[in-house]
Amino acid sequence: MDRPAIQLAVEDLHLSFGGVNALMGVGFDVRQGEIFSIIGPNGAGKTSMLNCISGRYHPQKGKISFEGQEITSKPPAARAQIGISRTFQNIALFKGMTVLDNMLIGRHIHLKSGFLKGGIYLGPCQREEIEHRAFVEDIIDFLEIEHIRKKVVGTLAYGLQKRVELARALALDPKLILLDEPMAGMNLEETEDMVRYVLDINQEWGVTVILVEHDMGVVMDISDRVVVLDFGQKIGEGTPEEVQKDPAVIRAYLGDEESVFLGR
Amino acid sequence: MSVNYCGDFKQSYKDDMRVMQTPFIRICIFSFIVFLYAFPFLASTYVVSTVNVIGIAVIGALGINIVTGFTGQISLGQGAFLGVGAFACSYFMREWGIPFWVAMPMAGVFTAAVGMVFGIPSLRLKGLYLAIATLAAQFILEYLFLHMDMFTGGSNGVYFPSPEAGPVVFDTDQSMYYLIITVAIMAVVFATNLFRSKDGRAFVAVRDHYLSAEIMGIHLFRYRLLSFAVSSFYVGIAGSLWGAYTQYITPEHFTIHESINYLAMIIIGGLGSVLGSIYGAVFMTLLPQVLTVITSWAAHVLPSVGDLIMSIKEGIFGLIVILFLVFEPDGMAHRWSLIKAYWKLYPFSY
Ligand SMILES: Nc1ncnc2c1ncn2[C@@H]1O[C@H](COP(=O)(O)OP(=O)(O)OP(=O)(O)O)[C@@H](O)[C@H]1O
Ligand SMILES: [Mg+2]
Repeated sequence: MDRPAIQLAVEDLHLSFGGVNALMGVGFDVRQGEIFSIIGPNGAGKTSMLNCISGRYHPQKGKISFEGQEITSKPPAARAQIGISRTFQNIALFKGMTVLDNMLIGRHIHLKSGFLKGGIYLGPCQREEIEHRAFVEDIIDFLEIEHIRKKVVGTLAYGLQKRVELARALALDPKLILLDEPMAGMNLEETEDMVRYVLDINQEWGVTVILVEHDMGVVMDISDRVVVLDFGQKIGEGTPEEVQKDPAVIRAYLGDEESVFLGR
Repeated sequence: MSVNYCGDFKQSYKDDMRVMQTPFIRICIFSFIVFLYAFPFLASTYVVSTVNVIGIAVIGALGINIVTGFTGQISLGQGAFLGVGAFACSYFMREWGIPFWVAMPMAGVFTAAVGMVFGIPSLRLKGLYLAIATLAAQFILEYLFLHMDMFTGGSNGVYFPSPEAGPVVFDTDQSMYYLIITVAIMAVVFATNLFRSKDGRAFVAVRDHYLSAEIMGIHLFRYRLLSFAVSSFYVGIAGSLWGAYTQYITPEHFTIHESINYLAMIIIGGLGSVLGSIYGAVFMTLLPQVLTVITSWAAHVLPSVGDLIMSIKEGIFGLIVILFLVFEPDGMAHRWSLIKAYWKLYPFSY
């Protein structure tokens, strides 16, 4: 069977903050269309890795390429432009804006009317706004947030904010989406919904997913491949079955309450 | 047969995206505009002149709200930027013989350029540090107004030629009224549209969470500077109109006092709100005038206490502003939206 092409290649990434080494020589390949999970204990460097990929952190050493193009030193906005989008571990929405406006920011890179056309509005700008509103409404339908589309985001419950953040990331129409603990703090029902959304995004929309998640049940269920980080180092990589059997991984989780989930 | 929809039920995205959502609001606003244009026939010259000052303040308040309220970058250079617009416009007209209609937008563009230069610190500084940097802009520009005599007339100031359109000269309160109101309406419409399209939304995103704005593809440098530019353009236009209205401009009018006055306007009216800019401009222009009327009336009726009240007028002004900030910290625009929401649901309070 033909394996899909490598979409994102991370090579030998080093990142440190003063004396703290967040990442030490981590590398992996993410293939087109897969759900690729990054797991590891607290402080392992998972969020730091996502921050390097989305451009918020700049690694001291190493290389990141997306679709064959090196992006290591590109600013975050340029990475959005080529189709990388993400959500955050701590919700990072535009709190004073409505759900719709948050999502329309996701369309920013696709919109053409600048401030002159925008200020006049009638004509090309209005046509464009209507067109992109329709795009955003499809995502609203998909994520079942019709009832809150005009609500100011800061007033919404935590679970809904998480969903809106996913909606905003999707509005960018990404090729690769990075999800940092999308199920954290959610109840069982909300988690199940979120799992369904992630699977749909991946299978129906064809978006490659990099997932950081502590819920091992979810990770082992839906991932195509998993990489395991511990103290900034890669200690395992493979299919969920391979990773679960890996002695180094089991050792890293030993004594950690998460070892319970790992065997599930 | 006609169908009656229950509640707000929109048939298309276009309808749903309207600024004026119901026919009732549309009628209200159009009647208000008609009323505005008939106003000079109904009111005394004194009242018209007050509305002129309000109209200019609306444009200036929109300007500072764009950079401070919508983009979250405190600017204390507003007063000086007004001066840049006024002196530039006057210079273009006096020295180059350019008609006001061209000189005003040119002055706007010139002020935008100056605003962008002084906005460069915003690429590195935020919050109070940026406020101090814009304060420096205020003092540098004030210094230049006083010392670049050939452009500004130094401390004596310089005259401002009246705008002309064929036989009509705009040198009375009534004629200036039409000019100011027309530009103010255009300024309000433009700002309203700006904030329901790409670049305006990007400003707000930069304000609310600049890191995730960047992750969503917004170039922070570009939008921080653009916000200073668009804001300063508005302020330059306001300055030009001020010059045309007063016919003589001196550096005295463009001090830090003016900057703070405008900042107070948008805080009281509503940060990040187009309507709030209007409310704030009206409030801050009318309040001192109302106080003057009351105190002089009091001085007339009660000569003994009246003098005292007269002398603490400024204090009363300050007190009212402070009380406003304490009890209405989100501004008048916010209160207004609460009142609207209340009446929409009346008599059900949930
Ligand atoms: N901006 C920063 N400044 C200093 N240290 C940082 C910074 N970001 C991360 N670190 C450090 O890097 C290490 C890895 O942090 P990171 O947030 O990537 O962990 P994580 O795997 O996402 O953990 P968690 O599961 O708790 O989210 C930690 O020791 C953390 O303290
Ligand atoms: Mg993390």
